[in-house]
Amino acid sequence: MAEAPLLELRGITKRFPGVLANDNVNFDLGSGEVHALLGENGAGKSTLMNILYGLYTPDEGEILLRGKPIELGSTRAAIEHGIGMVHQHFMLIPVMTVAENIVLATEPRHAGVLLDYDAARKRVRELSERYGLLVDPDARVDRISVGQQQRVEILKALYRGAEILILDEPTAVLTPQESKELFEILESLRSQGKSIIFISHKLNEVLEVADRITTLRRGVVVDTIPAAGATEESLARMMVGREVLLRVEKKAGHPGEPLLQVEDLNVIDDRGLEMVRGVSFEVRGGEILGLAGVDANGQSELIDAIAGLRPVQSGRIVVDGHDLTHAKAKEALDTGIGHIPEDRHRRGLVLPFTLTENLALHAYRQPPNSKRGFLNLSAMTARARKLLKEFDVRGGTPTTPAGALSGGNQQKVVLAREIDGDPKVLIAAQPTRGLDVGAIEFVHGRLLEQRDAGRAIFLVSLELEEILSLSDRILVIYEGQIAGEFPPTATEEELGLAMTGGRRRGEEAA
Amino acid sequence: MSDDEKRASDDVELAKSQDDVEQAPLEPGAVPPPSIHFASRFDGLSGIIAPLITTLLAFLMGGLVVALTGKNPLKVYHAIFNGTGLNWFFHVGNYSARIPFSTQHMWFPWDTASVAAQNLQQTLLQTTPIILTGLAVAFAFRCGLFNIGGQGQYFAGTIFAVWLGSSFLNMSPWLHVPLVLVVGALAGAVWAGIAGILKATVGAHEVISTIMLNWTAIWVAEYLLGQGGPMQGSQPSIPISHDIAEGAKLPVIWGLKLLQGLSIGIFIAIAMLVVYWIIINRTTLGFEVRSVGFNPEAARYSGISVARSYFIAMAISGSFAGLAGALDITGWEYHLGQSDIPVNAIGFIGLAAALLGRNTALGVGMASLLFGALINGTSGRQLDPSIFRPDLAGNLTTIIQGLVILFVGLNLGGVWIWLKRRRRA
Repeated sequence: MAEAPLLELRGITKRFPGVLANDNVNFDLGSGEVHALLGENGAGKSTLMNILYGLYTPDEGEILLRGKPIELGSTRAAIEHGIGMVHQHFMLIPVMTVAENIVLATEPRHAGVLLDYDAARKRVRELSERYGLLVDPDARVDRISVGQQQRVEILKALYRGAEILILDEPTAVLTPQESKELFEILESLRSQGKSIIFISHKLNEVLEVADRITTLRRGVVVDTIPAAGATEESLARMMVGREVLLRVEKKAGHPGEPLLQVEDLNVIDDRGLEMVRGVSFEVRGGEILGLAGVDANGQSELIDAIAGLRPVQSGRIVVDGHDLTHAKAKEALDTGIGHIPEDRHRRGLVLPFTLTENLALHAYRQPPNSKRGFLNLSAMTARARKLLKEFDVRGGTPTTPAGALSGGNQQKVVLAREIDGDPKVLIAAQPTRGLDVGAIEFVHGRLLEQRDAGRAIFLVSLELEEILSLSDRILVIYEGQIAGEFPPTATEEELGLAMTGGRRRGEEAA
Repeated sequence: MSDDEKRASDDVELAKSQDDVEQAPLEPGAVPPPSIHFASRFDGLSGIIAPLITTLLAFLMGGLVVALTGKNPLKVYHAIFNGTGLNWFFHVGNYSARIPFSTQHMWFPWDTASVAAQNLQQTLLQTTPIILTGLAVAFAFRCGLFNIGGQGQYFAGTIFAVWLGSSFLNMSPWLHVPLVLVVGALAGAVWAGIAGILKATVGAHEVISTIMLNWTAIWVAEYLLGQGGPMQGSQPSIPISHDIAEGAKLPVIWGLKLLQGLSIGIFIAIAMLVVYWIIINRTTLGFEVRSVGFNPEAARYSGISVARSYFIAMAISGSFAGLAGALDITGWEYHLGQSDIPVNAIGFIGLAAALLGRNTALGVGMASLLFGALINGTSGRQLDPSIFRPDLAGNLTTIIQGLVILFVGLNLGGVWIWLKRRRRA
C-alpha cells in the first residue's frame, strides 16, 4: 500500500486528571475497510473515537485525512470532513418520525423556513434503498425497534455525507438476529466504498466483520493485525494481557434435591398481557438450568414472579419446600432466593450508595449489621471489606460510591452480595451483560463454583454461548411457553430454531 | 499492626489495585464531557462550596437591588447584620449571666442584656421553626419525595397546640408542655401522612396533594379562628384565640418572657437536627428511606416496601413541621390570630433552608440560621429606617430567598431527583 490511508491518527495522547486515556496511539483506516477497535471497558476506545469525532481535542498527536492534517475542534468539523458516529446510546428525538430525525439540522425546506417533508422522505427512501437499510420514513422513532433506531442513526450519518462511520459498541443493544442484519448492512456499506470503524469488546463479532483489528489496552495500542488468521484466544490474550479461559472448563454436576419448583405458572406484565403461560420446571441443587430465548419472550416476568417482584396469576412456586407463590420480595430473599438482576443499574445497585451500603442492601436487617433498628456501621464496613477482597472488586474501597466502579466490578459487587446471602436458589439473569472477557470469566467461574457448592442455579441469558457452556440442562422459552428441553450438547441451530418458534425437539420436521 | 492500621492499609491496597484495571471514569459511554468534569469538582467539595457560592451570589444580586434604590449596599448589609444580633458575639468583655432555672449568676464573656443580645434572641426565635420546617422538607427529600406541605403541617401543629394549650388550665407544666408538643407533632404527621397514604396507595403525586392540603389547613384555620369560629377567644369582635395556659408555655431562658425572650425551643430544634441525622444515617429506617429515595426499584428488589417507606417518610416529615408550629405557640406566640394565617410563610422558608442546606442536618441548621437572621435583621423593629426602609428590606429578604432557591435549583440534586422521577413516570 503505497498511497496514504484514508484516515490516519498519529501519536494521539489524551490525559484526564489522573488518567492517561490514550498514550501515543497510532491508528489508520483504509478506504472501503472495516477496522475494528477492540479493548476492555475503559481501555480508551471511546476516548479515541471521541477525539476523532471532535468531542475531545488530543493533548498530542495529529489526525490526517487523505494524507493532509486536519483540525477537529467540534463535531460539526468532523461531519464536514465526512466522519459520522453512531453512539451506543442513540441521539434521536423519540416523538419525531424517522425522516424528520434523519434530516434534522440540515433539512430540505420550502421558502427557507418550512420543512419540505416530501423531499425529506424521498431522500431518506433513496438512501435506505441504496444501502439496504430498510426503515419506514414515516414511522415515529419511539414506535420502532432498537435495531431499526440504529439504522436511523446510520442513515443520519450517511445523510450528512459520512464517508467514515464510527460505530460505538453497536451490537450491545441488539438481539442476535438484529446483529446479523447489522453485519449484512456493514458489508453492503463497505462494498459501496464506505469505511467503518467498529468498536467492540466482543471477540466473535470482531472476527466476523473486520478486515483488520487494533487492540487497545490501558490506552496503549497492543497491536494491529489482520482479522484473517486471528483467533478468539489470541485476541483475548492481547486484550486482557494474559491467558483467558474462553471456554468454561466444567466438570459434570451432581444434581441433588429439587430446590426450585415452578408448576404451571401464569404471569401477566404491566400492560396486562399474559407473558408467562403455563410454565413448569424444576432446578435441583448442584445444577445449572439455562433458560434460552429471544428477549421479551417472558423471561423477565418469570424471574420477577419467582423473586416476589410480580404477582402470580396462577400456578405454584416452591423453594426448598416453602410455597412462595404469593410471597413478596423480602420473603423470597429470606427463604433463600438470590437474584442477580438483569439490569444492575436499575435494580441491582443504588449507584449513589457506597459499596458498603450496596453490599448490605439485603443484609442490613440482620445482626450484626443492625440491632434494634440501629445500623452497626463498623460491622457493615468490615463485611464489605471482606467481600470486596473475596470477590476481587477493584477500583473501590468500602466508601466508594457504586456508580464510580466499572461495569465488571459493579457486577462483582452484586454477585458478592447475592452469594453472601447464602441462597438455596440463585437466579442469574444476564449475568455477564456488557462485561468484558476478563469479567465474564470471573462471573462464570463463580457461578460454577456455586453450583458445585450445591446451590440451584437458574441462568437466564440471551447469549446462547453462555447458556451452552454453563448449563447442565437447557430450556427454551418462546412466547411465554417452554418450547423444549435440551442437553448442553445441543447445537446453537437447534436452540435457535426453538427460540424462534420452530419445531420442538422430537417433533417431525415440517 | 493494630486493627485500624491494618484496615487502613487494606484500603490503600484496594485503592492501589485500581492501576491493574480500567479506570472507572473511562467506561465507554460514561466518559464525562469536560463540562461535567468541572461540575463534579464543584460537587465534590463535600457540598459546602456550592451553597456558599449560591448564598454569596444571592447577596451580591440583592446588593445590586439595594444600589438601584440609591442606597449603599454595604451600609445596608451592615445595618441588617447588626439587626440580627449576630454582632453580639464580637463584643467580648467581662460580664455575668444568670444560670438558667436558678437565681445564681456566673461569669460570662458576653453581655446577656445588651441590645445585640435582645436582637440575637429574636433571630434564634425565628430560626427555631425554620430548622424544623427545613427538616420536614429534607426528610421527605431523602425518600425522593417533595414535601411542599410544610406550611399546612405547621398550621396543623399550631392549631392543636393552641387548642390543647388553652385547655387543661391547671395541668402541671411537666405534663402540659410535652403533651402540647407531642400532639402538635402528631397533627403535622397526620396531615402529611394523608399525602403519604395517597402516594403509597394510588400514586397521587405528593407535590399536588401537599399543596392542596396546605390550602385546606389554611382555610380550616381561618374558619376556626374567624368571627364566631369555634376557637375564637373571649373578645367577640377580635378573631384571635385564647391564650394558652401558663403551664403550657415553654420556659424562657434568655431575656424576659414579656419582651419575647428566647425559650428552650431552639434547643429542641437543635436536638431534632441530631435526631434527624441519627435516623437518616444510623438506623435501618433511614437506610430504607435513602434507598427508596435514590432508587425505588432497587429498594423494592431488596425487599423494602416502597409504599410503606413513602408513608413513614411523609409522616416523620410532617411531624417535624407540626412540632415547629407547636414550638412557636408554646415558645412566644401563646395564641393564634386569624390575621396571622395568611402572612405566615415559615413552611416555604423551610423549603429554602432544606434546598440550601442540601438536606443534611448541619446544612439545614446553618441555612435556617441564615434565613432566621435575615428575616429578623430586615424586620421593621430591627432596621434603622434612615439607612434602609424596613418594608423594602423585608422584600430584600424575599429576593435573597428567591435567588437562593433559583440558584440551588441550578445544581442541586433535589430538583434533579424530582425531575428524574418525573421522567421515569
